[in-house]
Amino acid sequence: MSDLRTMSFDGVIVGGGGAGMRAALQLSKSGYNTAVISKVFPTRSHTVSAQGGITCAIASDDPDDDWRWHMYDTVKGSDYIGDQDAIEYMCSVGPEAIFELEHMGLPFSRTESGRIYQRPFGGQSKNFGEGGQAARTCAAADRTGHALLHTLYQNNIKNETVFFNEWFAVDLVRNQSGAIVGVIAICIETGEVVFVKAKATVFATGGAGRIYASTTNAHINTGDGIGMALRAGFPVQDIEMWQFHPTGIHGAGTLVTEGCRGEGGYLINKDGERFMERYAPNAKDLAGRDVVARSMVMEIIEGRGCGPDEDHVFLKLDHLGEQVLQTRLPGICELSKTFAHADPVKEPIPVVPTCHYMMGGIPTNVHGQVITTDTSGNDSIVPGLYACGEAACVSVHGANRLGGNSLLDLVVFGRASGLFIESALRDGIEVAEPTSSDIEDACNRLNKVNECSEGEKSSDLRKELQNIMQNHFGVFRNGQYMREGIEKLVDLRPRIYGARLDDNSQQFNTARIENLELQNLFEVAEATAVVAEGREESRGAHAREDFQDRDDENWLCHSMYYPTDRKVGKRGVNFTPQTVDTFQPKIRTY
Amino acid sequence: MLQVSLYRYSPESDEAPRMQDFRVDTAGKDLMVLDVLELVKSQLDSSVAYRRSCREGVCGSDGLNMNGKNGLACITPLSEVVRKGKLVIRPLPGLPVIRDLVVDMTLFYAQYEKVEPYLQNDETPPEIERLQTPEDREKLDGLYECILCACCSTSCPSFWWNPDRFIGPAGLLQSYRFLADSRDTATEERLSKLEDPFSVFRCHGIQNCASVCPKGLNPTKAIGHIKSMLLSNSN
Amino acid sequence: MNVTSFSRSGVSDWILQRASSVIMLAYSLAVASVVIPGTNYEVWSAFMTQVWMRSFSTLALIAMIAHAWIGLWGVLTDYVTVRMLGSLGDRLRFCLLFFMVALLILYLVWGIFIIWGL
Repeated sequence: MSDLRTMSFDGVIVGGGGAGMRAALQLSKSGYNTAVISKVFPTRSHTVSAQGGITCAIASDDPDDDWRWHMYDTVKGSDYIGDQDAIEYMCSVGPEAIFELEHMGLPFSRTESGRIYQRPFGGQSKNFGEGGQAARTCAAADRTGHALLHTLYQNNIKNETVFFNEWFAVDLVRNQSGAIVGVIAICIETGEVVFVKAKATVFATGGAGRIYASTTNAHINTGDGIGMALRAGFPVQDIEMWQFHPTGIHGAGTLVTEGCRGEGGYLINKDGERFMERYAPNAKDLAGRDVVARSMVMEIIEGRGCGPDEDHVFLKLDHLGEQVLQTRLPGICELSKTFAHADPVKEPIPVVPTCHYMMGGIPTNVHGQVITTDTSGNDSIVPGLYACGEAACVSVHGANRLGGNSLLDLVVFGRASGLFIESALRDGIEVAEPTSSDIEDACNRLNKVNECSEGEKSSDLRKELQNIMQNHFGVFRNGQYMREGIEKLVDLRPRIYGARLDDNSQQFNTARIENLELQNLFEVAEATAVVAEGREESRGAHAREDFQDRDDENWLCHSMYYPTDRKVGKRGVNFTPQTVDTFQPKIRTY
Repeated sequence: MLQVSLYRYSPESDEAPRMQDFRVDTAGKDLMVLDVLELVKSQLDSSVAYRRSCREGVCGSDGLNMNGKNGLACITPLSEVVRKGKLVIRPLPGLPVIRDLVVDMTLFYAQYEKVEPYLQNDETPPEIERLQTPEDREKLDGLYECILCACCSTSCPSFWWNPDRFIGPAGLLQSYRFLADSRDTATEERLSKLEDPFSVFRCHGIQNCASVCPKGLNPTKAIGHIKSMLLSNSN
Repeated sequence: MNVTSFSRSGVSDWILQRASSVIMLAYSLAVASVVIPGTNYEVWSAFMTQVWMRSFSTLALIAMIAHAWIGLWGVLTDYVTVRMLGSLGDRLRFCLLFFMVALLILYLVWGIFIIWGL
């Protein structure tokens, strides 16, 4: 296998979504030889589906807005296991990153004074929770992700970034000293397998929402970066923390932005009652997403769900009027008519909590450098490997992400990774060449997938995996039930790694890619399951029926999942921001 | 049972493209065309190749020709396209086929890049964002929403005949998106690159683009605006 | 490909195409105004040999030549190309264009002879 063609770059970014393209842009601008490997044409990445906006204290809606207030909201939203140094960095650098995007051409909606339009989102407050609801989410109608992703792609064209579109990264290549020196990748169109060598390898591979049966995520969200990191033996952090978005369209799973509630929409049960007033008397429908999602499930469990099966609730928007809906939420009107057969101008949208976002991921510092822990539990940097965006866990979202913070996360930390790699390259990065056996090791999995002529159909196995995750590791979790789920996963592992490949052609073989993706999904699912069972408390999105309270004494920490022995560990949360006082853990109410 | 006829072509095993029929059990539901393709791939033939990603009409991966009309498979319900219980699915017309329903979009993307689809402004940006009135911003509505699915350009005869020289509706829509942006200062340069007889003027107003656009955009109208700008610019 | 176009500029071609149609329409109306009420050789001849009408006829002829050139060039560059016909496409198109241009020039000269009674 050492006769593989090698392509060499200063930096290679795996993933062409928002984070990957922001990092690539930074590197390309600085003149370094940069390549992006993306399994889809970049503007098909899942960032494109982000609707409501990008939260940041740019002081447009409120001239007195302060990034520290945004930081407070984010720390509280994270249920106190977000790293405060990282959140501080994100919230304080955010405005600069947003203005850069605007200068690049992002078509933000505007206020009468010509500034960027900001709308209220869940979990936002003024004056550290004392000043009422804030409007801090910068929006381009309800197509902010689309506008952002296209703007980033356009600026990468301008800066002549090299794109390997429709190339799939298979596994990491490590040299004898343990440094990451690139990836093995397949050109989907031709089937050619190539060693892409780089001084810096950045994982911006996005989330893995497809581990669940009901998800707002695109088909492509299969956690490829997480899978590769786990197979290389690196730990993942807080991977049990999965956000269920309150408003996925019932049946279809497609997302309806929180911006709907920001613009004044609200949820009702079958009696027409605005039930969030009971669960979150102050913030109501704009409480944290975990709180709203749980409240909805409670309504359904207690028999107040809507529809013939009483298995969803309604999102009411008609009172906002056609004018507001058409100017502020045009995309939602389209989606609702297509997928729910409901025109929001006239009738409510049937919605249900739907898997949406992976708060956990590959642990990194604020420079995107991937962190692992040594035997005595101390942090150490993985040389050559970086991660940003949803694939990474910096961690700014902790146990629950606030709406609008994911786009900010990917822009700020994509940029930060680029900046750091740029300076590291300027200082000089020396890497030892991988041996041919190092490269062969990285090709192992691909060779095995190609050789599977027997075994089960991967589409059946994928469905089985998604149902296990949906049923055993959903909005509410229970130890006994999770242990049953883990047993099912143990049974599933060899079956998934032995899934049959009927199609052995080279050119545009999507069956092969789907088998490789399924293995990545499995790695994420198993890590999720093991840690979810291990974290014996309820915090943020992780709600256990058998441990209903938050346990700050034992679990005010990150969880770590070590793939080699499939064990759960702990890692300290950062409580030492550099320019503000620590936000001490408090009881979290909205 | 729905009868689905798929365009099949594998460069490794097929001399020429062929149509293959499948009978798909839709359980009486009004599925989206993409759901039907997923059923075929997962239950009947895993070797069928097509692109898909968001499955909600925003990423632009699954532009296909369904019973003769271009559209996005993920937001096209069967009730809208199926005729007499039959659905014929072909790749987007006019571009080379790589395999099955996957076309080579190189030419399409090259035309997009040709219009320099990024904001150009050589003035030093302010500390905050550049200001733009809501009225000026409104001029970008109907333009920036393009998802590059290529349904329009591949339904345009002028693009079929000259895909290397006529920019095509998608590229021109983006061209106008930047011409119309109050923040862009390269209007003259942009226009001067569009004056030749091919780039813009191969549009004969056939309007296929506007009729198929899954996002309801109207490239013909944008091209009309470009022509007006070119005319007033040449005086 | 542009080398053989009429003005080598899409904008000028576009304007010319429309201006020439207007001229041809006006000319057709002028001719129709004599033909439709009923005419004979003397009336027709007197009408057509007026200096202003001879000038108008010349203008209409030039307009038609330009219009045809632009239109046919468009058709040929759509259908008679390497993309459509394979490697001979370009050569065939150049031959056809040469033939077309030669014919149009011939028509122009011939037409001027007829119009001005030379």
